This record gives sequence, structure tokens and C-alpha cells, in this order.
Amino acid sequence: MRTASNFLVIGERTNITGSPKFSKAIKAGDWSAALEIALQQVANGANVIDINVDEALIDGEATMVKFLNLIAAEPDIARVPVMIDSSKWSVLEAGLQCLQGKGIVNSISLKDGEAEFLRRAKLVRRYGAAAVVMAFDEQGQAATCAEKVRICTRAYRLLVDQAGFPPEDIIFDPNILTVATGIEEHNTYAVDFFEATREIKRTLPHARVSGGVSNVSFSFRGNNTVREAMHTIFLSHAIEAGLDMAIVNAGMLGVDEDIPAELREHIEDVLLNRRPDATERLIVLAEQIKAAATPRDKAAGPVEAADSWRSLPAEERLKHALIKGIDAFVEADTEEVRAKLPRPLDVIEGPLMDGMRVVGDLFGAGKMFLPQVVKSARVMKKSVAYLTPYMEKEKEATGAASNAGRILLATVKGDVHDIGKNIVGVVLACNNYEVIDLGVMVPCDKIIGVAREKRVNAIGLSGLITPSLDEMVHVAKELRREGFDLPLLIGGATTSAAHTAVRIAPEYPHGVVHVLDASRVVNVASALLSSVHKPSFLDEVRTKQERLREDFAGRQGQRNLLPIADARARRTPCDWASVDIPRPEFLGTKVYDPVPLEDIVPFIDWGPFFSAWEIRGRYPDLLEDPIVGPEATRLFNDAKLLLARIIAERRYTARAVVAFWPANSIGDDVEVYADEQRSHRLATFRFLRQQLVKPEGQSQHALSDFIAPLDSGRLDYLGGFAVTAGHGVEQFATEFKAAHDDYSAIMAQALGDRIAEALAELTHKRARDLCGFGRQENLSIDEIIREKYRGIRPAAGYPACPDHTEKPLLFSLLDATAVTGIALTESCAMTPASSVSGLYFNHPDSKYFAVGKLAKDQVEDYAARKGWPLAEAERWLAPYLGYIT
Amino acid sequence: MSSTSPRLSSSYLALRELFASRIAVLDGAMGSMIQTYKLEEPDFRGDRFRDHLHDLKGDNDLLCLTRPDVIGQIHRNYFEAGADIVETNTFNSTTISQADYHLEAVVPEVNRAAVRIAREAARAAEAATPGRRCFVAGAIGPLNRTLSMSPDVNRPEFRAVTWAQVVQAYTEQIRALVEAGADALLVETIFDTLNAKAALFAVEQVFDERGERLPVMISVTITDASGRTLSGQTVGAFYASIRHATPFSVGINCALGGRQMRPYIEELARIAECQVTCYPNAGLPNAFGGYDETPADMAAVLADFADAGFVNLVGGCCGSTPEHIRAIAAAVRSRPPRRLPDQPVHDLRLSGLEVLQVS
Repeated sequence: MRTASNFLVIGERTNITGSPKFSKAIKAGDWSAALEIALQQVANGANVIDINVDEALIDGEATMVKFLNLIAAEPDIARVPVMIDSSKWSVLEAGLQCLQGKGIVNSISLKDGEAEFLRRAKLVRRYGAAAVVMAFDEQGQAATCAEKVRICTRAYRLLVDQAGFPPEDIIFDPNILTVATGIEEHNTYAVDFFEATREIKRTLPHARVSGGVSNVSFSFRGNNTVREAMHTIFLSHAIEAGLDMAIVNAGMLGVDEDIPAELREHIEDVLLNRRPDATERLIVLAEQIKAAATPRDKAAGPVEAADSWRSLPAEERLKHALIKGIDAFVEADTEEVRAKLPRPLDVIEGPLMDGMRVVGDLFGAGKMFLPQVVKSARVMKKSVAYLTPYMEKEKEATGAASNAGRILLATVKGDVHDIGKNIVGVVLACNNYEVIDLGVMVPCDKIIGVAREKRVNAIGLSGLITPSLDEMVHVAKELRREGFDLPLLIGGATTSAAHTAVRIAPEYPHGVVHVLDASRVVNVASALLSSVHKPSFLDEVRTKQERLREDFAGRQGQRNLLPIADARARRTPCDWASVDIPRPEFLGTKVYDPVPLEDIVPFIDWGPFFSAWEIRGRYPDLLEDPIVGPEATRLFNDAKLLLARIIAERRYTARAVVAFWPANSIGDDVEVYADEQRSHRLATFRFLRQQLVKPEGQSQHALSDFIAPLDSGRLDYLGGFAVTAGHGVEQFATEFKAAHDDYSAIMAQALGDRIAEALAELTHKRARDLCGFGRQENLSIDEIIREKYRGIRPAAGYPACPDHTEKPLLFSLLDATAVTGIALTESCAMTPASSVSGLYFNHPDSKYFAVGKLAKDQVEDYAARKGWPLAEAERWLAPYLGYIT
Repeated sequence: MSSTSPRLSSSYLALRELFASRIAVLDGAMGSMIQTYKLEEPDFRGDRFRDHLHDLKGDNDLLCLTRPDVIGQIHRNYFEAGADIVETNTFNSTTISQADYHLEAVVPEVNRAAVRIAREAARAAEAATPGRRCFVAGAIGPLNRTLSMSPDVNRPEFRAVTWAQVVQAYTEQIRALVEAGADALLVETIFDTLNAKAALFAVEQVFDERGERLPVMISVTITDASGRTLSGQTVGAFYASIRHATPFSVGINCALGGRQMRPYIEELARIAECQVTCYPNAGLPNAFGGYDETPADMAAVLADFADAGFVNLVGGCCGSTPEHIRAIAAAVRSRPPRRLPDQPVHDLRLSGLEVLQVS
């Protein structure tokens, strides 16, 4: 490759996150293979080698030390300087203690504030290393040129003026971000980098600039020809702007002159943001190059077929794009059709609606799956967004847009979960409904106000946590009081046909319909909004609900609930004299901030991800399923692609707090103490006990059974945790929504949830290790995800401890809001939504169970223990009451 | 220099003045001088360690406690011969090196005594020649355990000692040297740069504790004609590795005679932004482990370095005597010191075993 004479190539292949081969070698403990990769980098001309061993199940410090020590014994590798690369300071520091030469630390930043930044900078200097300083501050990652320059300048001034850090040892990484993503504001990312580099070199004397180049081409994963050309061209522009070094694959640097002129021009169009359609044009060219590079017998036919639709008439192309969910050409095709038809609205009512009808039919027939529908909706939205200015110009068209009806959607007050609601919104929009989405935590008066003002035809309420059920009842009552007569749709993970029938429908006489999932919503909405079908449909619903109410009432009579005293007599047995009670390594709280996303990813349980997209089946089997398999695989690939971006661009911030407290149970309560002398009681957790009669020989469980009773004479320990991956999720989703890309927005949220759950799993693993027994468990990640380990982590609001109000207590003990940024709503929902909290029980026999229905005696007892009036207890425990209030 | 950095000590300013005016002179060997006293086990033990359970003969540093008269006499001889600076007799006075003799407990005491003995000799010399300033440099040697190399060829990743242990051991030594009033610290005979980096890390910690910065002198040992340290670094790589410590001086000592050192001291003189020092052995060891270069030989080699503009301080290492130092001092007296670069050099200098310099 052509470079400035002083340009440094930093070999990236000894980076576990970017090199599967290195990752495999390290994980397998194949050190000679790992050393061979390092040697190859040096042989291929790397001036410096980047070493990164950040991986969840690897002991980063020990691995870094061992690898660096091994390198020290290989003169052919050790002759070059090392860049120690980790998101963990402890790994960086362990590495610094092994380098006799002067290496580079990658990286430090202002992310954790000035004090920590200066502390680390001082140590880096004392260890005798140079430092990569990321353009990252307390607010996040710099994307624009101005932000990059501002943060780098601030870091430079602090380092040089306050820390006495030699300016020549500062290497700025102003963030190379992915271009050609389809999101407009990403189009300037390469230009932003070039300009920031130029400005940094001009204004911050002696500082250097570096970057990780492979990120720029993430959009073209799987197409190495295009990626390498992008890297080469990016580098030549960046070097011209003053880039001093870059992390690249030293063995795969292309030569500028070898890049075909057409490809070069298209890539430069993208990198330099020279034309608005640059991304689309490069995508088309990239596909051609990929097809040409693929062996003919395998791909030629399908590729030609796949491309042939571009020669159809514009209307057909638009329809095709809609059905296939291809948004690359949507604006050009929309324009072509608009120019042909008399009114812009005709484009919507013609080819677009034709296409959406096909989508709706295929979806209804189970021949298309939700992710495809959402992708189709993305095409639709982009096309409509393109047409909107024309429609607004056309005055007479105002208000003339015909649609199937207007539906208001809201996640109720106190609840923050909205992935399912967003999916419902997209599906409704695909079917020509106008959707007014009020978002999350929507108070009742706002729902009523907007419903009235916008004259909506139906209202959909969504919620995930149990207190939301109560809020839905409240909304129903208020709608009735305010004299509404439009139908109410109920949906969300916590809702059920039975609850809707028993609790909500009796409060509102104009139709309350439970919608199980997004695939049912169109049928329900079309029936409710049709004056012809509505009466018979509602009659049918009411009949079903009446039956559900009778079933419920009938079960109340038959249901055999043990008196609470008898249930307590049948508590889970345990020989407290002999049971192993592990003592945690520390007491009090421990904060992990931030937790590197790379560490969390291996713990992702993908099963629920597919459920969120309403793809049924067991993961990973569903990927091979003859019917849903292909779409599930596409969805999975899209998810992994976005996940890679989330990690590379550090979109989400993950934090965790873990605590252990000395504890003993007293009856169904668990007391936690400030110290092992039990000198001071910190708090009391209240639990509920199963009362549904179980067969002889089985116990009536309560979680307190898994903690040693005070009168056993033994001290036990209760753990607690709160984790979040949610910081950044909403912003990322909003960016996509702004670009009319609901598919990616929902994906961003769904991945946030998965990362949070995975973080809960990873944190639980750490907690078990901290208690000792985890270190001996010897389980694969799969086994961990399947919870094959000892101990449980029940969460307040879930079946084993259904009372959400125990969460504020846990949060105050953990100081969770301060250390993780998770807040609680009035319904005790955690916000940001991608958060998990709960308690750790280490008892070898501890297991998950459902408390189930509660008799009034326990609810009265519980109210007394909590210091509540009975009605308060009944409100929070409403779904679990085994009696009629 | 940042506003939060420790202030410079008065000895720093005085040494800077000395180095600005002429080529400074360091003392010569301590070990080979001690040998001339033919000391035996009881000399090393003295009264205090009569019942110590381990042999002590050979623990030269212990003589600071048991035969301070011998050590003081050697220092006086070197000052009398014309040395501006003598090194304390503390080359092995760390807990890690003294563990060989089971004498970890007396390490702080040995270091303090060593500074006191050298200081008394300096005062005596200053009194004998009014206006003369004599300096005491706290000698900090390498260790018998290294951070960069495995003692076990079958386990290349193994290390016999950890960074934290090395920093801890050096911190104890340095704290005692500084508390007792050393004018400068001399990290010397470096054959593993990582050990030296740990020593320099400890130095910075102690400076932070005390809020005062002494001159830090650093001297590496080039093992043989490969031009590398024992741990494999070239001179340039070594300099890049220690430059962060803002040394007062950097140089080469031991292992080679001056003649063999020439290309390396030339390289160092070219790249170093601070003072350059050179104190070679009195030639290469002969068949009997002795050194053959005469005072005149050594003085001629170092005078040549001075003429070439390579050096700011000269002296002797193994095999050199007060007579060598007398000849050397006379030889460099009329020769100008090496000129330091006028402008700071802001190249990014990285290193592995070799240097990577980006201008």
C-alpha cells in the first residue's frame, strides 16, 4: 500500500474481538498458534502489534500477562512495540507491568470523568507508555468533527497542562465510525474523521492520530473485496489529513492502484459524501462485485434473477421492493412513480397499498414472518416520507388521505416496555391504519386528551409488568366516566384474556379485546372498525369473556388454598446444621462500570429474541426449520450485524452492581444485616408463600425457606443485583425511527433487552465465583444459559416474589439508581427498560417456583408485615388474589 | 513540567551547575577495592551478626554496618583522587537481593548507614578544599531476579518475581536512601529494562511522597558486541523505554571496557536529551577475572570520548581504582562537556527490543 513514509501499521490480528483465529487459539490455550499469528503480523510488516484478550470467559489479566511474557521470549516478535488493548483498566495495567519496551495503552478517555482520566494518564506515564486517547467523554462518543476536536482538545489540555504528559506520547483516536448504513447522519462520518484529524494535527502540537479502520466498512460485512478497497481508500485520505497510524490487518492491505476506477469512484463518493445516493450506488456495485466473485454454478442464476426485478416498470419495482423489504432504491423508484401519476397520494393508494396488501395476506397466511413485515413497513415509511412534502404542497389533498382508521397506542403509566407495542404499531401501519403512538409511561389523562382531540377509532394499551394491569383497569374506568364509546385493545406480556375478562371488561361496556400478539391485531382492528362486523364480533368477544369470568369464579370455589399457618408448616425442609453456606468474598456492594459489551455477548440467550419477533420454536433448531428457518436466519444475521455495530460504536453502556449482606430468615421474611455480628438490621425483605395445596410429600415454598432461619444459629447471606444495558438504547432506536427504519429500531431495543438479560447472567456467574462455589462449577456457556448452576436470582414482580414494591428496597440497599442510572417508575418498572434486578439465593436446593394464588389470610398477614392497609396489598397483588375482593 | 510535579532538590540545581561547567567525575569500583582489604567472615559479621544463621562473607553492602571504616576510607580515597560524586555501597541493598543472606530486615538501615558514611567522606573532602562540592549518589543495582526473563527454559512465560514485588523492594531501598540525604539516585548496571522500569516507578512514588525530586541517573549495561542488553534491547530501544522518567543523565557502565563501548556511547550521545555518562570496566576481564587496563589506558579512552563530544560524566566500574580515577579526572579536566540538544525533541519513540521513532 502507498503510505506516508512515517505511517505506522498496527497489526490487528492478535485482537480476540476481531480475529476468530486468534480467539480460537487463546480460548483453546494453543499458545504456539497465538504466537504464530503475532509473528505473522510482524513478518507482514506490522510496526506495532495490538494485543487484545477481552473475552467474557477469559481471565483478562492472567491471559494478557502470559501472552506478553511468551512474546518476550520470542525476539522476532518482541522486536516491535506492543499496543496493549483492553476496555478494562486492570488488564491494561497488568500488561504494562510486563513490557520492558515502551508500548502503547489502548485506551484511556474522559468517559469516566476528569479525575479518573488524569489518574490513569499519570500511571500510564509512570509505567512508561504512550496512550491512545479516545474521543469519548462523560456524554459519550464523539461523532461529528466538532465534537471530536472539542473532546480531543480538552483531553490534550488536561494531559499536557495538568498531568505533565508529554504531548508526543498522546495518540488520539477520533473514532472511525461506520458509513453507508442508510442513516443520513452517518454519511458524513468519514469526512468528520478526516477533518477532525486535520484539525487535531494542526492545533494540538506533537499529538498523533490513530484509528481502527475496519469499522468504517461494517455495512459491507461479508464482502471483503469492497471492504479492503474501502480501507485502502479511507487510509489514503486519512493519511493525507495527517493520520499517523492505524490498526489494520497487516497482511491484507490493498494497493491503491489495483482498485478499479469505478469502485474507487463509488467508494470515494461514500467516504467523501459527494452525492446523496452514494450509499445506494455502492450497495448495488458491491452486490455485483460479490456476485461476480461467487462461483457461477452456485450463485449466478439466483443473482441474475434477484437483480432482474430492476428492469420491471417502476410501479412493479416499488411493489416488489415493499414485499421483499428492500429499501435501497425506494426513493428513486417512488420519484419515478410519482412523476407518472396525477397525485402523490396515488402512489400510496396504488402500488404501495397493493404491495402492503400482499404482505398482509402472506403474513395472515403464515407465509411471511414478522421481521419481513417490519422490513416491508420500513420501505413503506421511507416512500411515504419521500412523498409527504409533495402531498403537503398539494393543498386539496390535505385531510383527504383515506385510511382504514386511526388507532392510538400507549404503554401505560409506570411502564416502560414497548417493543411489542412498536411491533403492533408497525403491523397496523402496514395495513393502512394511521397509528398515533404516544410512547411509554403515558398517563391516563393524556390518553384521553389525545383520543378526543385526534378522534381516534380505537385505543390500544400495552404493558409488561403486573402493576400495569391495574393502570389499565384505571384507564378503562376513566374512559367510561369520560363518556367514550370506542373499543379498547389490551396487549402486552403481562396481560391475558382471563385478566381482561375478569378485571378490565366489566369496567368498560364498549368493547375490551385482549390481543395476544401482533399477528392478531389486524383482524381485531378491522372487525372493530367495521360498522358491519363490529356488533357480531363484540358479541362473540363478550360471550367468551363471560365464560372466562365463570371459569374464574368457579375456580375460586374449588380452589383449595391452605390456611397460611398450615402452608408455613409445610415449608421447604432443610438440614440447617449441615447445609453448605458459602461466605462471599466481600460484603456490601461492588460496582462494575462499565461492563464491556464484548464480555456480555457470549451470555446472550437468543431464544427470547426470536419470541420477541414472534418466531416460534426452539433456538437454535428454528434456524433449520423448513418454514421459518430462512427468515429466522436472516433476522439472526441482521441482529448480529447490528450487535457488532453496537459494540464497535459503544452505543450502549452496561453497568452492574452486586451486593451481599449477612442475612437470616424469620418466618417468611428475610432480614439483612450491616455486618456479620448482626449488630444492625439494614432491611427486611418480605416474601409470599404458596398456598395452593400440593400433593403429599411436596412443600409449600417461599423464597425465605432458602435462607438460614435466625434460630438455626447459622449466619447466611443474601445477594442482590441490578444491571442495565439500557443507556443508549432509546437514543439508538430513535435515530432509526427518525430514518423511518422501525425494523432496526425494534432490533436495537430487542438487542438491548437481550444484552441486559445476558449481563444478568454474566453478573450472576461473577456472583457465584465471588461466593466460591462458582469457581468449581465448570459449566459451558450453554449450560450457564440453561441455568445448570447452583442458586437462583428471582426478580421482584416475577412468579416467585410477585410483589414489585420490594424493588425500591433492593434499590436503596444497592444505591442502584446512583451507581447504575436505573430509575424506578411509580409502578416500580425499571427505566431504562433494558435492565434487570433481583436477589441471589445460593442454597443448593434453591429453585424457581410460582407463588400462585393467595388466600385472604396471607394477603392480610402480608399487608400487616408491610405496614399497608389491606386494599394496598390487594392492589399490588391483584393478579394473584385467589378470592374476589 | 506540570505545576503539580515535585520541586527540584537543591542538589539537583547544584549538580546541574556542575555538569554545565565541565565533565563531571564519578568514582571507581567498590567491590574490587573491598577485596584489597582481605576481609573474612568475622569482619562481615561484626558483633552484631555474630550469631546470624547464614554465611555473610561476600555481602559487601553489610559492611556499611559492620566495617564502616573500610567503606568510608574507600570513599575518601575516591574524593581525594578527584571524584565529584561517589556511589553509596548499596548495589545489593534491596530486600530481594539481601534475601540471599536472610538480611531483609536490615535493608533500610544499611541504606541509611551507606548514605551517612559517604556523606561524611564528602564533608571531609569539602573541608579539605574550601569551595569544593562533593556529591553522594544512592546506588540502586539490578536484582538477582528479573521481570523480563524466565529462569526456566521450559516455561518461557514463568517469572520468578512480580512487578509489585520488585516495586516494593526498590521503594524500601529508595525511601531509605532519600530520607538519609542522598544527593542523587543512580539506577545502574541495568541488564533487564523491566527491572529498571520498576525501579523508576518506585522512584517516582517516593518523589511524590516527599514532594521533592532528586536527579535520577540511569546507566545501562551492554553485555557484549551484539550491542544489546542481556534482555535483548538495543541502546535506542533502551533509551525509549526509560525516557519517561525524565532522567538527569543516561549512560553505559560495566561489562565492557571503554574501547568496546564506543559505538554504543556514540549512539546514546546522539539520541539522549539529557546528560550522558560513561563508566566502563578497566578493560575486559582477563583469564584470572582481573582487569588489565592501566589508569593511563582508561584515561586515554575516556579523553577520546570527551574529544568526540560524547560525555558529560566519566568514571570507572569493575577493576578501576582511585589511581584510575585520578588519571581520568586529570584527562577530562581541560576538555569541554558534551552539549545538550537546544530544542526538545518531540518524536514519538516506541520500543520493543528495537526502537521505533516517529518524527
